[in-house]
Amino acid sequence: MLKISHAGNEVLKTFAPLLERTRTREWIWILFLLAIIGWGLYGLYLQITVGHTVTGMRDNVVWGIYIANFIFFIGISYAGAVISGFLHLLKVEWRKPIIRIAELITVIATLIGPLFILLCVGRLDRLHHLVLYARLQSPITWDVLAISTYLVGGLIFLYLATIKDFAIYRDSTTLKLSKWKRKLFAILALNYRDTEGQKRRIAVSSNLMAIMIIPLAIIVHSVLSWIFGMTLRPGWHSTIFGPYFVLAAIYSGTGVLIIAMWIFRKRYKLEAFILDKHFHYLGYIMLVLAAGYGYFTFSEYLTDWYGSEKWISQLIHKFFDWDQYGALFLFTNVGGIVLPIIVVAVPQLRKPGILAIASAIMVLAMWVKRYLIVVPTLETPLLPIEDIRPEYIKYSITWVEWSLTFGGVASFLLFFTIAAKFMTLIPVSEVTDKEDEKINQIEHGKEYTIPAHE
Amino acid sequence: MEPNDNNELNPRRDFLKSTALGIAATAAVAACGSASCSCKKPTDTSGETGEKVTLLSPDGELVQVDTGHLKYVPKNVVVSKEEARQGIPGRKFVMVIDLARCKNARKCVTACQKMHHLPEEKEWLQVRLMQDSEDAAPYWFPKTCFHCDNPPCVKVCPVDATFKRQDGLVLIDTDRCIGCKFCMAACPYSTRVFNWSEPELPEEIMCLPYSPETSVPSKVGTVEKCDFCPDMARAGELPDCVKACPNGVFYFGDQNEDVVTNGDETVKFSDIIRDRGGYRFAEELGTEPRVWYLPPRDRLFPVERGLENLPDELKERYKNVGKEG
Repeated sequence: MLKISHAGNEVLKTFAPLLERTRTREWIWILFLLAIIGWGLYGLYLQITVGHTVTGMRDNVVWGIYIANFIFFIGISYAGAVISGFLHLLKVEWRKPIIRIAELITVIATLIGPLFILLCVGRLDRLHHLVLYARLQSPITWDVLAISTYLVGGLIFLYLATIKDFAIYRDSTTLKLSKWKRKLFAILALNYRDTEGQKRRIAVSSNLMAIMIIPLAIIVHSVLSWIFGMTLRPGWHSTIFGPYFVLAAIYSGTGVLIIAMWIFRKRYKLEAFILDKHFHYLGYIMLVLAAGYGYFTFSEYLTDWYGSEKWISQLIHKFFDWDQYGALFLFTNVGGIVLPIIVVAVPQLRKPGILAIASAIMVLAMWVKRYLIVVPTLETPLLPIEDIRPEYIKYSITWVEWSLTFGGVASFLLFFTIAAKFMTLIPVSEVTDKEDEKINQIEHGKEYTIPAHE
Repeated sequence: MEPNDNNELNPRRDFLKSTALGIAATAAVAACGSASCSCKKPTDTSGETGEKVTLLSPDGELVQVDTGHLKYVPKNVVVSKEEARQGIPGRKFVMVIDLARCKNARKCVTACQKMHHLPEEKEWLQVRLMQDSEDAAPYWFPKTCFHCDNPPCVKVCPVDATFKRQDGLVLIDTDRCIGCKFCMAACPYSTRVFNWSEPELPEEIMCLPYSPETSVPSKVGTVEKCDFCPDMARAGELPDCVKACPNGVFYFGDQNEDVVTNGDETVKFSDIIRDRGGYRFAEELGTEPRVWYLPPRDRLFPVERGLENLPDELKERYKNVGKEG
C-alpha cells in the first residue's frame, strides 16, 4: 500500500468522480466531440469514394492543409519532450504537477498528427509498401522511422510516470471503482508495491527515457523539416529548417501546455496544485522560445528578401502583398512572436488568464505559419503556372478538408477526455508534502510565497 | 440445451455466416478495384466462342479459326517489371527540342494524349510561352519530362516507385506508387501530374496489360508523366510526339550512337548541339536533364502565330506572360 501525502489524497478526491463513473455532462461533451468526428468521417468517406477532387489539392499545390495539420500536431507534441524530458533531467521540482498533462499532449498529438498524412496519401491500400520497399534515401522513410520511434518512446515515458499512480488507484479505498477498472489498474500497475528495488528501477528507466526523448524529439522535427528542406523550392530549401522547426515545435508545445493547464485548473478547481507560479515559469520559457523563434524567422525572411534570385523573390513578394498572403503573414508574426513576448515581459499582463489567451493566439498563429510554409511555395513553381482552372492556380480549402481538420482537433480532445477517465490529470504519487504547505496556506487565505531555496 | 436438429435453422450461426460473407465480399470488391477483376484474361486461348474468322495462312490458304483461339497481343510488347526497371541495354536516350521551329501547333500534345488515353485536361507534354525577362522576346517552349541524370524525384520516392534506368529514362511503376506526391513537390519543372479521381476509361483500356514502359492505363491515386515511350523504342519507332510535330521540332535519339532524328532529318547529336548552341533548361539546378534545347534564333514563325486559331480557353493561359515585373 503506497503512502500518499495529504495533498495526494486531495488530488484523488478531486478526480475521483472522473475515474469512478461518467456523468451526464461528460456524455454530452463526448457526444459533441463524436458529432464533429462524425462530420469528419463523412468527409473522409467522400474523399475515399469520390476521390481527392473533393479537397482543394491539385497538380501544383499537391500538399495542403493536411500537411500543415501534420506539422502542427507533431509540433505541439513537444510539450512532453520539453517539460517532462528536459525539466526532469534538470530535476526541477515545480514541474511535477504538470508532467502528466504534458506527456498526454505528447502521446495524443503524436497519434493524431500522422493520421493527417494518411489523409493526403493517394493509395491507402498500399501503405505496406513503405515497409516492404522502403528507400532509406527518402526523407519520408526517415520520418516513418523517427515518428514511430518517438511514439513508442512517448508511450513508454508516459507509462513509466503513471505506474505508481496505477498502484495507488488499485489499492485506494477512497476510490469507488468498477470491478473491471480495478482489475485493469492492477494489471497496469505491474505488481508495484513501492519496494526500494522497484522505486529504483522506475527512477533509472525514467531518467533513461528522459535522456533519450530529447535527441529523439530533435530528430523527429528535424526530419520532418527536411521533407521540405531537401527539395529545391524557395521557402523550403533553407539551411536553417531543421533547427527552425525544432524551435517552433517546442514553442508551440509550451503554448498548448499553458492552455491545457489553464483549462484544467478552471474546470477541476486545481488552484492548489497548478499555481500561478507554474504559469509564470512556463511563461518565461515561452518568452525565451518566442525570442529565439522570432530571431530565426527574422533571419530567414531578411536573407530571402535581401537577395535577388527570381524564384525566391517571386515567393517573398507574396508575403508582403496585402492582397495575397500579406495579412496572414502579419498576423502570424505579430500574434506568434510579438504578442507573447509583450504579455510575458509586462508584469501586469503576466497572469494565468491573459497568458492562456496569448498562448491561444500564438498557437493559432503557429498553425497559420505552417500553412504559409506549405502552400505559397507550392503556388510558386519555377515555371509560372499557365492554367486557367482557378483551383490549379490557387489553393483553397474545401469543407471536406475543414471537416477533417476539426475532426482531428475533436479526436485530440476526445482522447484527452478518455485518458482523464483512466488516470488523474495531476500525478498523485508526485504530489508531495511540499504541496501540503501550499494547500494549507491557500485554505487559510494566505498568499503563497516562493521559498528562497526553490 | 439439446443440440439443434440438423434441418432446423440456427439463426445466430446463419447471421454470423452471412455477415462474414458480406464482409468478405465487400473486401473482395474493394480490393478488386473498379474494372480490373472484370478483365478477361487476354492470353486465355482455350475457350471456343463459336465465332469464326477467316485468315490467310503462310501457305496461301484461307482458313477458318475460332476467335477463342486467337491471342490478343497489344500493339507494343509489354515487358516484365524487372525488365522495365533495367531498361533497354546499350541505349542512352536523349531529346533535342528546336525552339526556333515551334509555333504551338499542339499536335505533339494531342498525339501524346491519344496514345496514352489521357483526357484533354491532362498534359504530360506541355507547351509553355516563356519570356526570360522583360526585354527578352517570348518563345514557345514544349516541355516533356527531362529524364534527368540526377533526378530530384527519384531521390525522394519512399517506395522506389519512380526509378532511373540504364538507358537514361526515369519511369514510374504505378503498381508501386502510394500517391504521397513527394516526387511532385521535388520536381522543379512541374512535369508530373496526379490522378485525383478515378480515370474515366473504357473497359478495353482499363484491361490493357500494364508496364511502367506503357504507362497505360492511368490509375487513381498515383503519379504519372511523360515516359519517352520506351515501348515504341523497343518496336523501333519514334515517340508519337516526335512523329506528330508538323515542323520537326522534336529530335529523339541515342547519345551512345551520337545520333538524333525528327523523322525527316537525322543529325549527329554533338554536331547539332555545337552548331546551334544547344543548352539545357535551368542547368544550375544540377539535375542534369537529358533534354536539350536549341535557342529560338532565326525562327520559322513569329511567336504570334502560336496564338492564332487557338481556342479562347487556351489563349487565356498565356495572358500573364510578359506582364510579370
